[in-house]
Amino acid sequence: MTTADLYPTEPLKLWGKAKQLREQYYQNYASAHERGGLRWSGSAWALDAIPTAFGDDVYSLTGEPYAASVSHDRKFAKECMDSAEAYGFARDLCSYMRIYWGGMHLDKYAFGGKFPKPDFIFQTQICCSHSKWYQHVAQVEKVPQFYLDVGVGPFKELTTDRVEYVANQLHDGIAFIEKATGRKCDDERLIRAIRNEMRSTSRWADICALNKAKPAPLDEKTMYSLYVLATLHKSSQWCADFYDELYEEVKDRVARGIAAVPNERCRLMSDTQPPWAFLKIFRYLETYGAISIGSLYTFGLEGIWEEKPDGSWGGRTLPWEKGIEMKDRDTALRLYADWNLSKPQWQHFYNPQLKTEMMLRIVKEWGVDGVMLHLNRGCEGLSLGIMENRLGIAKAGVPIMTFEGNMGDEREFDEVRTQARVDAFMEQLGLRKKAA
Amino acid sequence: MSDQLFDQFKTWYEKRHDYARAWKQRTGGQVVATMCTYTPEELLIAAGMLPVRVLGAHEPQNVSEPHIFGMFCPFCRDSLAQGLLGRFDYCEGVTLTQSCIQYRQAFGSWRMHVPTVQWDYYCPMPNDVQSQHARKAHTSEVQRFREFLEQLTGQKLTDDKLDAAIALVDENRRLLRQIYDYRKEANPKVTGTEAVYAALTAQFVDKAEHNAAMKAVLAALPDRKMDRDEGIRFMTIGSENDDIAFMNMVESVGSTIVIDDQCSGTRYFWNESKPNGNPVKTIAERYCDRPACPTKDYPTHTRFDHVLGLAKEYNARAAIFLQQKFCDPHEGDYPDLKRHLESNGIPTLFLEFDITNPIGPFRIRIEAFLETLREDDLF
Repeated sequence: MTTADLYPTEPLKLWGKAKQLREQYYQNYASAHERGGLRWSGSAWALDAIPTAFGDDVYSLTGEPYAASVSHDRKFAKECMDSAEAYGFARDLCSYMRIYWGGMHLDKYAFGGKFPKPDFIFQTQICCSHSKWYQHVAQVEKVPQFYLDVGVGPFKELTTDRVEYVANQLHDGIAFIEKATGRKCDDERLIRAIRNEMRSTSRWADICALNKAKPAPLDEKTMYSLYVLATLHKSSQWCADFYDELYEEVKDRVARGIAAVPNERCRLMSDTQPPWAFLKIFRYLETYGAISIGSLYTFGLEGIWEEKPDGSWGGRTLPWEKGIEMKDRDTALRLYADWNLSKPQWQHFYNPQLKTEMMLRIVKEWGVDGVMLHLNRGCEGLSLGIMENRLGIAKAGVPIMTFEGNMGDEREFDEVRTQARVDAFMEQLGLRKKAA
Repeated sequence: MSDQLFDQFKTWYEKRHDYARAWKQRTGGQVVATMCTYTPEELLIAAGMLPVRVLGAHEPQNVSEPHIFGMFCPFCRDSLAQGLLGRFDYCEGVTLTQSCIQYRQAFGSWRMHVPTVQWDYYCPMPNDVQSQHARKAHTSEVQRFREFLEQLTGQKLTDDKLDAAIALVDENRRLLRQIYDYRKEANPKVTGTEAVYAALTAQFVDKAEHNAAMKAVLAALPDRKMDRDEGIRFMTIGSENDDIAFMNMVESVGSTIVIDDQCSGTRYFWNESKPNGNPVKTIAERYCDRPACPTKDYPTHTRFDHVLGLAKEYNARAAIFLQQKFCDPHEGDYPDLKRHLESNGIPTLFLEFDITNPIGPFRIRIEAFLETLREDDLF
């Protein structure tokens, strides 16, 4: 590829705003009490429209993205994990969980100051670690806790009574927060928050769908800094509005042929969370002209998808666009439960074949040439069934490689070994490094 | 013990595949591989089937690695290996009731790759059994499983059949508790190894036969004379453990295992059902009410006081955690449960279990633990 063959590229205009929103989120949580506000903690998968219904001054700390942020600081991450292990927790447990626990025991917050104690726990349970994580937090911090059990089987086998089980728990969740905070739920605010979450998660899927274009307007390393906003507060007005803005910018990049990686020659996809302290592995791929266009993880951790009439994958149609209105609490909670239960990253908890099918869809629709599976020792939930995914993708004739690592615990990632495996994979794909 | 009182259970345990094949030939019924003790066995029994719990073999294997990454618990990998190696080739069906995510992999790969499987069923039981809505939700799931079995067999699973199965399984639970009651005594008439033979075989032997064998044992127990010293009374805590060699070793160095909180032991049979006129609801509620696996034990840690209560009721002097490596739910509970026991006067020892276990090094640690518990002179 000569210089003349390179695609045009340019920085993302909204990059700075995404960074600023994320920074503000962590500061808001820490300083909430100074402004008379409330703090709660839970998972990035918590159905956060429920606490959002209790006021604009209710701030969350979602544990996974927080711990991912810590992971970039190897020294502090190690300090946190050492603290959790010294308490007696096993080193093979979820590394996000150990980082969060360790920070809590050390009383150190990654964004400065003491670890901000939540006023209550509002958590969703689909992975075994979800409840264990916040049971320990609730015990140490002596705060009330609520869990939403969403393990009702795959979306394609959803029944009315399964939706009802989740929706009934959401009603209980509202009652729990009312009791824990002394505030009343504002149904108008609740419905607005649910609508905002639906907007955020559908629009994020639309943005990911734009990456079907060649050259890809976004690379996965960049997408990590964008999808994270949905893991922080997807039911917020700012998150939904930001994704609308982002969609317009990415659409414009596609129209103008703006590439994320100017020497794009080969399109890859990854799987599960990356080893956060080693994102430079994506830059290493670029020396071969290889771009990771995303993954089921990046697309479907928060994105909500559906099959469109033409058979392609895109953002799920918003209920009100189909004439379904949310005018009362019960209707809104049922639709909210149904919406979340269609989350792509919840399906493999019941059957690895469902994930393989979605991954092969991405291979086909996004024009993927090869797949890199991160055998992530840090997350049992998203690594669940990953070897069956490998077998299924290989059987379909798609080139695939694996590498071991850990999203949060750098002690379990071997950079040199991973680069060597990438080198061998690139050779199989017929790629050579660009001469220095 | 030399009186061979529990030999029937030992034989069943060691020849469990032969037993299941013989049962199948004798009755013509279907055999179903069950994964996890949350399986509503009553439905399968009412359908004329033999539920057979999948257990590992505690032997090195190299067949599960392509299907389950090595970071997952040894029990799920060992269980899958048994299927892939054809050890359960007599099972027409395989079923899992939702509990931990790790074991779902064994089930998922089993139904995809074990060629003798003719049908499979996944029952998404609620995990938050403390939710006020869990019982209703699980009643719907048990009813759905019932309808699946009716369609599969072409026969109605009538309420009468379900009531009879509930009574049979409840009798089995009651008899097991009666055997376990003998472990409360000083120098108990039932050893830990014998108790685990009885509890484990209940999970794959025809319940009527198993009940008859337990009645014979219970008739003989009052007159049983033990020719061993009880030593230190231990409790064991963990998930699935059927490592008989380990238990024999523990009981050969000056101790007796008097009670457990494991799914291979008490968690399987501890509570009976409470019939309420609706057999499906009765079955569902029994499984919601049973002593919880850590996966289903939230928001309140009901296990902590349950485990401590068992230790006190059975006069256990100390507890040994038999921790399956990579078992997140138990690893998540461990540090705080350990503190709960120790602050209530029950010292603990932690041992990490794998598919195969190093009995020699474990013996050294058990002996060292015993030494700390004894007050007599060492030499």
